[in-house]
Formats: sequence, structure tokens, C-alpha cells
Amino acid sequence: MDYWQRCNVADALLQVEALSKRFGGIVASDALSLSVAPGELHAVIGPNGAGKTTLISQLTGQLAPDFGKITFAGLDITALPTHRRSALGLARSFQITSLFLDMSALDNVSLAVQAHAGHSFRFWRDARNESELREPARAALVRVGLGERASAPAAELSHGEHRQLEIAMALAGRPRMLLLDEPMAGLGPEESARMVEMLRALKSEHAILLVEHDMEAVFALADRITVLVYGRVIASGAPETIRNHAEVRRAYLGEQEAADV
Amino acid sequence: MTAPLNLRSIFIAGVLTVLALLPVYAALTGNYFLLTLFTRIVILAMAATSLNLILGYGGMVSFGHAVYLGIGGYVVGILAKEGILSGFVQWPVAVAVSALIALGLGALSLRTRGVYFIMITLAFAQMFYYIAIGLDRYGGDDGLTIYKRSQFGDLVNLSSKTQFYYLCFAFLLGTIYLVWRLVNSRFGMVIRGSRSNDRRMHAIGFPTFRYKLICFVIAGTLCGLAGALLANHTDFISPAVMHWTRSGDLIVMVVLGGMGSLFGPLIGAVALLVLEETLPVLISAVAGLILPSAATQAGEYWQIVLGPLFLLVVLFARGGIDGLLAKVQRG
Repeated sequence: MDYWQRCNVADALLQVEALSKRFGGIVASDALSLSVAPGELHAVIGPNGAGKTTLISQLTGQLAPDFGKITFAGLDITALPTHRRSALGLARSFQITSLFLDMSALDNVSLAVQAHAGHSFRFWRDARNESELREPARAALVRVGLGERASAPAAELSHGEHRQLEIAMALAGRPRMLLLDEPMAGLGPEESARMVEMLRALKSEHAILLVEHDMEAVFALADRITVLVYGRVIASGAPETIRNHAEVRRAYLGEQEAADV
Repeated sequence: MTAPLNLRSIFIAGVLTVLALLPVYAALTGNYFLLTLFTRIVILAMAATSLNLILGYGGMVSFGHAVYLGIGGYVVGILAKEGILSGFVQWPVAVAVSALIALGLGALSLRTRGVYFIMITLAFAQMFYYIAIGLDRYGGDDGLTIYKRSQFGDLVNLSSKTQFYYLCFAFLLGTIYLVWRLVNSRFGMVIRGSRSNDRRMHAIGFPTFRYKLICFVIAGTLCGLAGALLANHTDFISPAVMHWTRSGDLIVMVVLGGMGSLFGPLIGAVALLVLEETLPVLISAVAGLILPSAATQAGEYWQIVLGPLFLLVVLFARGGIDGLLAKVQRG
């Protein structure tokens, strides 16, 4: 029986069914199915080119799947544009940091808050003095540990701080679910440890789909892990199950690494 | 926050004071040449300020912005020729027509990006340029003389040089104030965000197209109003106003003064147009010292000096003159 058939469909916040996407001869998603329950941290791992980022892009609506269905909070969102999905509470952080570099950290997050505050055809009041934008933005910065850096231009923040800012922006719309695309990429051990602590604190309030290479972080945080190889789910289950899964050890972790975890 | 008293704000306050007192100088000396020149500068500064809204703040490099100068001007010219002289009719029509055309051009051209956006705005502007040439009843290639300036009853007399200048100056200040409010509002934050990272704006939930379109329409409308002023200033309108080189001049003003700076386009317009007037005289004078017979001829080549000056600004002062002032101030 397939993994996704086993889990309770009605309880899932995000439900992906038989998602398929091809780029010419390359299969990026191969009848891919998974689900994320409210308050769950579901990690997706897999070797390079396994189709992890393609999966996230289809979930956010930046790529349209060839086949399959995506359901979020009971709604079929397969055909919805990015901004509509975002409005429903599905927030993404980017693998390659994608910020408004010429604006301050607080401005970055304020824009994200503004995105969820209805239309922006307000032409007169100074947006930087609107407490309904600035206060939630400040709160999100504090949650990710950037409270002190609010007025620094985004271009002057460190790589680790960019990652934190990314997540603050994702948090700004009070999303029901976060899609995090390699938040640990390029972080030093200390920064990684801080990120793990931060995600642990966040996961009580938001469902999280985490794509990550850092196995230590994945096994420390995940409630469930799905392993992708060539766009196909080869295993899915609790961290213990994945750790001992023979096919995963062979296809992905490698005997050496498998021995370490 | 910047201190209220710094080099940059003193400079801008100085420019504004000079502009405000210019008619007094003209009245005292009886020299109205400067006032005429600066009326033109103030009108083009207004057009450049409107371009800055989309170019500097919105990152939309429109290479056809002068088209709205032409539209505003032609509305005034055509209505005047048809016997409708009231400014209360002419100007609102100029504004409305500019807005409608900006809506159409924006809806089509904002679907493209980068170089394609530049090319499509240029192409549309040239299209209107040739349409104007085809308007035989309204002078075609030769243009249309406006025999009577817009009439506003007893409110304001556009034929009075001083009154007209102050009207244009008030419109310029109004435009700058409007742009200031706009770019700092929620709407403005969306426009700036979309210049900075349009893809990310979509990802966080902004359908940026409609915001950019409204911004494009506001800029076109303001420039159309500047066009109505310009036609009244020159008492004449011709297709040449819409030629792509005129759009280029507006871009030069914005870049020279400082993209995305509130007073940058004003500084740029003053710098460019004052140089345009003074460089030929200066060059003739210098050439006259070396080779007296070539003096007058040398003055015609003033652009040889202007070009490298502009290059220097682009290469070494990315923020234009306003950016340079800010840099000097930081030390």
C-alpha cells in the first residue's frame, strides 16, 4: 500500500497526489505523492537532481505539473497562481536567497506582511509609519533572532542572517504551512545549530515541508521523512524507519554516511 | 534618518529658492530671457519627475515617455484650433487622453521585461510620432501654431510670463510632492519591491502587473499635463516633441540627476538644459582664444563636451548628481 493512502487524507493540510513533471527526457516528479499534517515537520531528502526544488516550485505554483493534484487545506490548488496560494497560507523560503537587497531587513518583512493585508492600492499614507505593517514585521524578525538588525540594509546582512530573514518573510503572513528549501545551505556549524533551534520552535505553530541536505538537521527535526530519487518516492516514514531502510541506505545515504547517522 | 541640515538639503533648498525668486530677478533687471529658459526647464523637470516615478522607483525603463508631452500638447493645440480655448476644458481633456493612452500602452508593454520593454515603449512612441506627422489638418510635419494660450478667465493669465512661470513651478512642486507621497505609500512599496525583485514579489503574494500598470498611468498622466504646459509655453506643437531623442533627453535628466531620488530629475533637468545653453558659448569663447576664425563653428560641437560629462556621471556617480551630493556629505 502506498504511503499516502495510509495516512488520513482528511487530516492532511497538504496533500500531493500522483504529481508528475517532465523536462524533455528528464523526469523531475514521477507520480509523486505525499502529505503533511498540521503541526508536522515533513522532510524531503534525496540526492542532487532528485527533483526536490521542482517539487517545491510546483507546490508554490511557479511550475505547473503535467499530471497530478495538489490539495491544500481541503482546496484543490493545482491550478491556482502563486499569489493565491500564498494568500491561502502557503509560504515559501527560497534556496537561493531572494531578498529585496536595497531595502532594510524590516522593509523586507513589512512588504511580506503587506502582501497579506489586502490590496495595496493605498497611495497616500506613509507605509513605514503604519503600525499594522511594522509591528508584525518586527515580531517576525524577533522570532528568527534578527530583532537587533531590523534597520540594516538586507545587502549588508551575513549569509546566515539572509536565511533568517528569508524565514521571517515567510512567517510574516502568518502562514499555515512553510515550504523551506534548504534553509541550512552554506551555513557554518554554529549558524546551522541556531537554525535547527529556530525551526524546532516554529514547528509547534506551523506545518513545515523541509527540503534539506543536512542529514543531522533533518533527523533532529523531522516527524516524517520522504526520500526522493529521480522524482520518485522510494521511502517515506518516521526517521527511525528511514535510517534503517535498506533501499535508502543503498540509493542515497551510502554505506559510510549510513553508518554515521 | 538624515539630519535636516546637510549639504544635500541645503543644495536642494538653494535650487528651489533660486527657482522661486527668478521672476523677481527678471522683473528687477528686465531680463526675461532667463525666465523663459527656466519656464522650459521647470516644465521638463516635471516631465522628468514623472518619468522617475516609473524609471527610478519602478525600474520600468520607458524609452517613450516624451509621447505624453506630445499628447498633452496636441490636445491643447487641436482644441485651440477647433475653437475651444478654455483651459478648464483643454487641460482635463489632455489629462484624460494621456491617462487613457498610458493605460493602453502600459497594458501592452508591461507584459514584457528588460530590453523588450525598452524597445516596445520606443516603438509605440515612434508610432505616435508618425501619427502626428500624418495629421495634415493639424500641421503634419510642420507642426501646429497655437495662437492663443489656454484661457482660465480671471484666475490666471498664461500670457503673463511671471504668472505662467509660477503656475509651472507650482505644478512641478505638486508633482514632486505627489511622487513623494506615492513612493512611500503601500502602493510605492509594491512598486519599489517589484523593481528590486519582481519574482519574489509574486512569491509573497503580489500580482505586480496591476500595480505597475497604475504607476505607468500616473506617470503618463503627469507627463501629459507637462505637455499641455509645454505647448502653452512654446505656443506651438509639432511631432518633434515626441521624437525618441526627446524621450532620451528625459532619461538623461533622470539619470544625470539621480534615479529614484525625489529631486534628482529637477537637478538633472536644470543641469542638462543649462549646460545646453552655456556650453556652446563657453566653447566658442575658449576656441576663440586659440583660433579666432573657428570660434562660432566650435560652439556647434558642444555635445562633444556634454557626452563625456554624461559618461563620467554614469561611470563614477551611479546615483547621479544627487547621489554624488549624498556621498560627499558622508565623506
